[in-house]
Amino acid sequence: MTPDTTLHLTDYLFYFFALLAVFSGGVVVFSRNIVHSAFALMFTLFAVAGLYVLLNADFLAVTQILVYVGGILVLILFGVMLTNKIVDVQIKAGSIHVLPASIITAVIAGTLCGVFTLTDWFVVPGADASAVKTTAPHIGEALITNYVLPFEVASVVLLVAMLGAAMIARRERKK
Amino acid sequence: MEAYIPIFLMLAIALAIGVVFLKLQEWLGPRNPNDEKLSTYESGMAPVRTARERFSVKYYMVAVLFILFDIEVIFLYPWAVNFRALGVFGYVEMVLFIAILLVGYLYILKKGALQWD
Amino acid sequence: MNIIEPLVKIALILLINLTTVAYLVYTERRVSAFIQNRVGPNRVGPMGLLQPVADIVKLFFKEDIVPTAANKFVHSLAPLISLIVALSTFAVIPFGNTIHLFGRDIKLMIADVNVGLLYLLALSSLGVYGITLSGWSSNNKYSLLGGLRSSAQMISYELSMGLSIIGVLMIAGSLQLDKIVVHQGNYLGGFLPAWNIFLQPLGFITFVVAYFAETNRLPFDLPEAEPELVGGYHTEYSGMKFGLFFLAEYANMITASAVITTLYLGGWQFPFIENFGFSPLAVSLLQVAAFGVKVALVLLFFIIVRWTIPRFRYDQLMNLGWKVMLPLAVLNIIITGFFILV
Repeated sequence: MTPDTTLHLTDYLFYFFALLAVFSGGVVVFSRNIVHSAFALMFTLFAVAGLYVLLNADFLAVTQILVYVGGILVLILFGVMLTNKIVDVQIKAGSIHVLPASIITAVIAGTLCGVFTLTDWFVVPGADASAVKTTAPHIGEALITNYVLPFEVASVVLLVAMLGAAMIARRERKK
Repeated sequence: MEAYIPIFLMLAIALAIGVVFLKLQEWLGPRNPNDEKLSTYESGMAPVRTARERFSVKYYMVAVLFILFDIEVIFLYPWAVNFRALGVFGYVEMVLFIAILLVGYLYILKKGALQWD
Repeated sequence: MNIIEPLVKIALILLINLTTVAYLVYTERRVSAFIQNRVGPNRVGPMGLLQPVADIVKLFFKEDIVPTAANKFVHSLAPLISLIVALSTFAVIPFGNTIHLFGRDIKLMIADVNVGLLYLLALSSLGVYGITLSGWSSNNKYSLLGGLRSSAQMISYELSMGLSIIGVLMIAGSLQLDKIVVHQGNYLGGFLPAWNIFLQPLGFITFVVAYFAETNRLPFDLPEAEPELVGGYHTEYSGMKFGLFFLAEYANMITASAVITTLYLGGWQFPFIENFGFSPLAVSLLQVAAFGVKVALVLLFFIIVRWTIPRFRYDQLMNLGWKVMLPLAVLNIIITGFFILV
């Protein structure tokens, strides 16, 4: 197989995932049915995972699916589906506060464009995918060596979240 | 990266199989709907209100706790893959990590958040 | 050229998978009949062997009923999601060693990705959607209850599943399924194959139980518990859409058996085959056959368990998942770590 054809296929895949992410992101924002929004979010998150794969960030891609699609979105769907009458509500998808919104958007877009142009991007030589091996062991090593404190702090953050969840449950039991 | 192309192919082909099956049935199967047939099934009774009622918050609780523990599990994967290289220090660090979360787990148990009664 | 090889493999795998599904249903009906002292399907073809064909043809000629109250789009999409997830999980499972055919080496797996094991977990976590969305979109009380129960059940047991796997990862040191299988080719004390079932008995039990729950098989088939929920999430499904759910359930069973085989039963390893002096090609083929036999045995185990053990109550199910399986799986990690270090 010539490297040229691979390049084309990955290019197509990139545009496919990018378009899917943008389009379904649009549905999330503009849909008037909240369940459709939640559902479209699944495709957005999935497309982003596809983009991670194209960036050779395999572990990150799988984590994205496991945590966001498999966990957080299920939570959102539960929230949407289990809340009485929320399904029938026609949510407002019109525009309010146009001026402040456009200022904030312009600032964020400007920052992003600035980062895009100023960053010294790391380019894989010759776009050779095999140059980057699997990332998981490196992440594991980094977690236990250089970033061991943030790693342990993360467990404390998770602990606090668990305590919060237990608080919600206690209120339920009192009823 | 290249290793993933067959996966994308597989996903596409699986989708195609499903769509072809459904289209074939649309083409082959009969189609004579009536109001009775299209009404919601409720063991032969006339349906009472909508199904989309409120539900126990416990299901939501399970999902919240799942996300928290799922993140913990994800932290464990890169560590497990590198287990031998990280040695005793890595082991102790991870036991500490799990122990902190165990406190939360015990607290949840004590509070009865996982009690289905 | 490179695109042809995976395409051939995919076509082959899907063909074998779909045929196996058809005959798995037949086997299940025959075995259940045997267990319950009945005859089972025996009219269509010799010994009823053409029964699956008749069933499939029948499904195509059925009317597709979509209730008026349902959300039409999501109602059609849900079985498709279930099917895609069930069929494409097989992509990362190695069903044989590298084989030398037609003058080149062919790796007997569709996609050898670095994070194969996590891909499996990620896809099975997507399986929740097919069931939840079908339950919600039908706008039927039974369906919604079934879908809801199922999603809570699946995510709960997914945790124990993810945690049980970590023991295997610590031993093999890789997320690549191929490497995990190769690692099981050694021998313990010169006579016992180093399969993970011997190295990880506790992890094996928690993993198998969790996978039973993940595939919604009895004793964990609460989502469709017939006596209380009619058909659970697929109450409002008919014709081929129901067929797709059915197909997905059995395809999931095959994948589950293949994953259990790969992770704990040595995958395609054929113990002591190197001592018989077969030609390399024969060895490769025998290994594929060994994989098939192991998967078939695990499938039989699935079926026998279904017709032997009664269904859990929902509170028992959740208690088992969160209060027994989760601590056991964590304990397994700590014990495994201790033994590897000592």
